[in-house]
Amino acid sequence: MNNIFAIAGVVIKELYRRKDFYVLFILTALICLVMASVNFFNDDKIVRYLKEICLLCIWICSLVIAITTTARQIPSERENRTLFPLLAKPLTRTQLLLGKFLGCWLACGLALVCFYTFFGALAASREHHWPLLSYLQAGTLHWVMLGVVIAFALLGSLIFSAPSANTTICFVVVAFILLLGRHLNKVALHLPEPRRSVLYGFYYLIPHLELFDVRDLIIHNWPPIAWTVCGVATLYGLAYAAAFLISACLVFRRKAIN
Amino acid sequence: MRSARLPLLILIALLVLCCGLAAWLDLWFQGWQGNRAESADLLNVLMGDSRRMFANHFFVKADAYFHSGFYPTVFDNREAFQTPHMAEDSGTVGGRNRGDETGFLGKPRDWIDAFSRQLFPSRHTHLDEGGASGDLGNSSQVREIMPWLRTSAELNPNDIRTYTVSAYWLRERMGKVAEAEQFLREGLRANPDSYEIMYELGRVYSENKHDETHARNLWQAALREWGKQEAPKADPDKFLFVEIASHLALLETKQGNYRQALAYMERWKARSPSPAAVERYIEEVRRKMSSADQTHTDQSSQNPGKAP
Repeated sequence: MNNIFAIAGVVIKELYRRKDFYVLFILTALICLVMASVNFFNDDKIVRYLKEICLLCIWICSLVIAITTTARQIPSERENRTLFPLLAKPLTRTQLLLGKFLGCWLACGLALVCFYTFFGALAASREHHWPLLSYLQAGTLHWVMLGVVIAFALLGSLIFSAPSANTTICFVVVAFILLLGRHLNKVALHLPEPRRSVLYGFYYLIPHLELFDVRDLIIHNWPPIAWTVCGVATLYGLAYAAAFLISACLVFRRKAIN
Repeated sequence: MRSARLPLLILIALLVLCCGLAAWLDLWFQGWQGNRAESADLLNVLMGDSRRMFANHFFVKADAYFHSGFYPTVFDNREAFQTPHMAEDSGTVGGRNRGDETGFLGKPRDWIDAFSRQLFPSRHTHLDEGGASGDLGNSSQVREIMPWLRTSAELNPNDIRTYTVSAYWLRERMGKVAEAEQFLREGLRANPDSYEIMYELGRVYSENKHDETHARNLWQAALREWGKQEAPKADPDKFLFVEIASHLALLETKQGNYRQALAYMERWKARSPSPAAVERYIEEVRRKMSSADQTHTDQSSQNPGKAP
C-alpha cells in the first residue's frame, strides 16, 4: 500500500508543479467574473445563469485535467525511460497502475475542492445562502465520475499508441455518454430488431456518466438528493472504475514495456 | 542590367495594381450591405446572421429555466411544450400546447431510467409559482429567465415575442415597469410595425402607469397595424386581435364612450372563439348606454334652457 501512496504522491506533485490547473482555474474565474459583471435589467439577484456557466466551466476543466493528466502518465514514464528503474524496485505493475490511478484521482479531487469553493463563493455572493449539503453531493458525484474517466483513460493509455490518440478518444467517448447516454434507450425502442437489442445492450454496457451530472439540481436550487441514491450512484461509479482498472492491470501485465 | 530591372518593374507594377485594387475595393466594401465593420455590435461582427439561429435556442433555454430544469429534450414528447409556457402564461401569444405537461418522461423504461430520475429535475414547476421550492410567495424568482431572454433579443432583434414576454414578467412579477417599457421601446425601434409590441406597451400604460389616453393611442395603432399585416392573411393572428379589440372595448366602456365601445365589441365578437360571452358584454353596454341616454333626457327636460 505504501508503494501505491508513494506513486500517488508523485502524481499529485506533478499536477501542482504543472501550469494546467492554474491556467484553467484562472480562466474559469475570469469567465465567471466577466459574466457576473453583466447587468440584466438592473437586477443584481439574478444568479442561475452564472451558476450554470461556472459549473459548465468546472466540468470542462475537470475533464481536461483528468484526461490529459492520466493519458500521459504511463507513456511519459516509458518515453523518459523511468519506467524500468521504477519497476526494478520492489514495485509490481499493478501497484504502479493503482498508484497512478490514485494520484490522478486525488489530484482531480483537490482541483475540484478549489473549483467548488470558488463556485460556492460566487453563488453565495448573489444568493446569500450556501446549500453546503447539495454542493457536497454534487462535488462527490463529480469526483466519482472522474474516477471512472481516469480509469478509462489509464486503460486507453495502455492500448492506444500515443497519448494524443488516447486523449481524443476519451474526450469523444465521454462527451458522447454525457450528451446521449441518457437517451439511447428511447432511440432503441424506435428501432426494429435486432438493432433494438444491440443498442439496448450497448445502453446497459456503457458507464452512465450523466447520472453523476446533477448540475441542474444545483443551478435551480432543488432539495438535496437522498443519501441512498447518492450511495448507489457512487457504488455504480466505483464498480465501473474497478472494472476499467482490472482490465488495465491485465493489459499492463502482458504488455512488453521495452 | 536589363534582367535586374525587369523584376523591379514587375514589383512596382504589382504595387500599383494592389493600391488601385485596394482603393476600388474599399469604396465597394463601404457600400456593401454585408459589411459587418459598420456594426458596433460585437456579436453581429463575430457571428453575422448566424446569430439568429441561436436566438431561438436561448428563448427555449429561458423556458427551461422557467421550469427549473424540468424540460423535454428532442428525444421526449414535446406536444405539451410547443408554445413555451412562459410565453403562454404571459398572455402575449396564443397557445398550441396539447397533452400532459407533467408526464412527458412517461413511465421508466428500465432501472437506469428509473434511477436517473432521482438525479435530475423530474417534477413540473413554474418559477412564478415558486419553482423548485414551491414557495408561492417567491414568484420574483422568475427573474432568472431574464438573462436568456435578453441574450435572445441581442441575437435576433426581430423576434418580437422576446420583447413582449420579457416585458410582461418584468412588470408583473419583478415590479420593473421602467425597464419593461424601455425594453419594449427598444423592440419597437427594431420592429416599428409590430402590433404585438404596441399592444404590450399599451398594457404598460394602462395597467402600470394608469395613463388611459396613451394606452388607447397605442392600442388603436396596434389595431391599424394588425389590419394592414394580418387581415389579408388566410390564417390571421386572431389571438392578438381579440386581445387588442377587447382591451380597447373595455377601456371605452370604462370611460363611458359606449358607442365606440360597441363598435370595438362587434369587431371583437366577429373573431372571438366565444362570441356568446362577448354578446353578454354588448348587452351590458347597451343597457348602460340606454340608461345613460335616459339620464341625459331627464336632465335636459329638467333644464330646458341648456343646450343638449
